Amino acid sequence: MSGGWRTLCDMTADLVIEAEGLVKHFGKTRALQGVDLAVPRGTVLGVLGPNGAGKTTAVRILSTLLTPDSGTARIGGFDVVRDAERVRQSIGLTGQYASVDEDLTGRQNLELFGTLLELGRAGARRRAAELLGWFDLTDAANRQAKTYSGGMRRRLDLAASLVGSPDVIFLDEPTTGLDPAKREDMWDVVRSLVTNGSTVLLTTQYLEEADALADAITVIDHGRVIAHDTPEGLKRVVGGQTLEVRPSDLADLPRIAAILSEVGSGGQADEIRKGVLAVPVTDDRALTASVARFAAAGIAVTELSLHLPSLDEVFFTLTGRTASEDDTTHRTEVAA
Amino acid sequence: MSTLVGTPPTASPVLSTAAPNPRPFRLVRHSLALAKRSLIKTWRTPEALIDVTLQPVLFLVIFVYIFGGAVAGSTHDYLQFLLPGILAQTIATGAIAIGVNLNTDIAKGIFDRFRSLPIPRSAPLVGAVLGDVVRYVIVTVSTLAIGYLMGFRIDTDPLRAIAGCVLAVLFALCLSWLPVYVSMKVRTPGAVQGLMFALIMPLSFASNVFVSADTLPGWMQAFVDVNPMTHLVAAVRGLFLGTPLDGHVWWTLAWCAGFVAVFMPLALRAYRKKI
Repeated sequence: MSGGWRTLCDMTADLVIEAEGLVKHFGKTRALQGVDLAVPRGTVLGVLGPNGAGKTTAVRILSTLLTPDSGTARIGGFDVVRDAERVRQSIGLTGQYASVDEDLTGRQNLELFGTLLELGRAGARRRAAELLGWFDLTDAANRQAKTYSGGMRRRLDLAASLVGSPDVIFLDEPTTGLDPAKREDMWDVVRSLVTNGSTVLLTTQYLEEADALADAITVIDHGRVIAHDTPEGLKRVVGGQTLEVRPSDLADLPRIAAILSEVGSGGQADEIRKGVLAVPVTDDRALTASVARFAAAGIAVTELSLHLPSLDEVFFTLTGRTASEDDTTHRTEVAA
Repeated sequence: MSTLVGTPPTASPVLSTAAPNPRPFRLVRHSLALAKRSLIKTWRTPEALIDVTLQPVLFLVIFVYIFGGAVAGSTHDYLQFLLPGILAQTIATGAIAIGVNLNTDIAKGIFDRFRSLPIPRSAPLVGAVLGDVVRYVIVTVSTLAIGYLMGFRIDTDPLRAIAGCVLAVLFALCLSWLPVYVSMKVRTPGAVQGLMFALIMPLSFASNVFVSADTLPGWMQAFVDVNPMTHLVAAVRGLFLGTPLDGHVWWTLAWCAGFVAVFMPLALRAYRKKI
């Protein structure tokens, strides 16, 4: 499947982010062992993997913070090692590592980056005001960043990486630690960035997030690419979505099971937890279809939801083991 | 949060159409912008100035009133003798803070963002060093102010007094590349602090800060004679009180140049290598 994607990329021939055979070792830890990445202009690549898979290392190499031991990477045609200075002019970086200054106010942070990006004093001020407004931070603009809530911090972090209107934006786990509502807000931001022509590389631990935002998904494990596909392709492989239903009355379970088996993609409905039935479905329409059927049959349900496989399930399908199985070894890699 | 949906203000055609950055003075301008950042931080956390304001007060009061009579015969004479030394000692310890702050900063991630920007790699370090000049000026002013209240008087003229202050600030500015270098090499802010105190304390005690060097045993005098602190203190004493300068100003400037020549490249290299 990665071959097919490659061909697609070659056809469009306008790759903004290209990486071939990236290798990076930290002492004995092999963080990257030959990673290829390709992102066409104006698209989002989701890099999916557990803690310590090498996602952050890859982002740090692409954003010129680290030099690869071997392999090459280009951003907008410029080599990240030889033309690092040119690369830095066209990228924005937001992540676990690239943060803002907590002692400065939101406005001071953005104005500082504007000055450093040669916007001039007036330009930096205007750009800061613009971004503060867009990220809904105007009211908090003159407060120190350390007083911001988690969601506000992420927005300021992202705003800071947009000061120079970068063509390429790296988002390293932009929603880790945010509650679901804040996560959806962040997704809206990413979507509008892409609408505006930016190219985005996003790392995440959630298939759901990659599915919601990305045009293509690269799955990384132990510093290697283990899958590269469109979200649809990947979901076909790992089993796609599941519809879960919890009836109000347990006596309805058999009737619900029958309906679910009909709206589902062919599988039998299973009782995955006490009082919760689940069935694999092909697309979102199964949700509305089942609602209509339940209503017609007069069945009341307390919970009805669509689920994508978790990262663990994805990894189990792709590698035959779960992502968290060797979590401890991964942690030490992160620390290194 | 519907405010977020809509056209993002990425339209400002600043980077896309602008010519490559104007090269001249980039390091200077970027460093100054980053120095301003350090200044704002100092302003926001005035408690961080306690080390440089309280220390000279404590040392002056303790040493003048406890040892003054015994060492110099009168507290006033000892105050005149001691103040330039305390100024030098405090300003040198004040330079330690930059190492501690940088070590903390780098762990937090703001430096990664700096490194992803199209600015000279050394700008964040140079900016931090320059931003601390304000701290050194505060040390100088507060030491002189408490000294004045205790009865210290400049015996020369304002011009030479100012020259003495400038020399002390310059010394700290150049010396600060040492803690900057140390902060790139050790893991924790505490380690920077400990290591730097272990270096600065012998320098300030095995010198002419508290007593005249000719009262010391010969072997120690050999060290005192080359100690940069000795030259700074003798130079400031000369400029404040009119005692013989004997080339101490030039020796101090030579040490300043030496600190920058050795530790600035080391610090910048360590910074580039640091992940």
